[in-house]
Amino acid sequence: MEKLVGSIIKKEYLIPANDFSIAGEASSNVRKLLTQLGVNPSIIKRTSIAMYEAELNVVIHGNGGTALVDIFEDRVEIFIYDEGPGIEDIELAMKEGYSTAPDRIREMGFGAGMGLSNIKKNADKFKLESEPGKGTKVYITMYLSQDGKT
Amino acid sequence: MKISDIMEILQGDIHACKDKLDLFIDSACGADLMSDVMAFSKENSMLLTGLINPQVIRTAEMMDIQAVVFVRGKKPNSDMCELAEEKGIVLMSTNLPMFTACGLLYKAGISGSGKACG
Repeated sequence: MEKLVGSIIKKEYLIPANDFSIAGEASSNVRKLLTQLGVNPSIIKRTSIAMYEAELNVVIHGNGGTALVDIFEDRVEIFIYDEGPGIEDIELAMKEGYSTAPDRIREMGFGAGMGLSNIKKNADKFKLESEPGKGTKVYITMYLSQDGKT
Repeated sequence: MKISDIMEILQGDIHACKDKLDLFIDSACGADLMSDVMAFSKENSMLLTGLINPQVIRTAEMMDIQAVVFVRGKKPNSDMCELAEEKGIVLMSTNLPMFTACGLLYKAGISGSGKACG
């Protein structure tokens, strides 16, 4: 069971649609906060990768969205949601290499279909909820202890 | 190997964080696909790429990559240089193609820390 401690930092970021010039700003900001708090660098890296992938998904697929980040003493909880088209087949979307990204995204070096599986790989806890026409919700939990798993 | 040595080997130019010529780099990866850098790169401190856009710098930031070399004569624009300065990431460029640039650095002692995939 998770410890019931109040969050020490609460942040809300708006993620604009299709604006690649600032995509990643929210993740960068969280990364800065965790660095200031003295969190283990390998945990910061996994958190950054997971959140950045989720943030890019919102920019590319979700028509923009919101990231809510709660930093607790023992963990970080990241909730990223959009009101975009949603995902029809979640199992298929989770498969490495499956992508619906348009060519203009691929030309920027993204959209190779690695994002969701990479979030799962790096997050301590990951939950994806989506329904066609109702948007997508991604929940990421990262534990802040040394080994990142307690 | 220092940034200054890398520039000499690659006959390269430096565009951002020009004060970091003494920064030490021991491993690198080469990729044009940022999705793969995010998914497969391990503890590499430098990225060689032919892709040129601000997300290369964002990806480098998230992956703890401290220096980026643009290959095939591509040069970063002022917005990219500004972003790299803000993030403390060294930007370099070389006219060499990717394979040659990676080969020269590998021969000179830079390792790739990633293991075989699959």
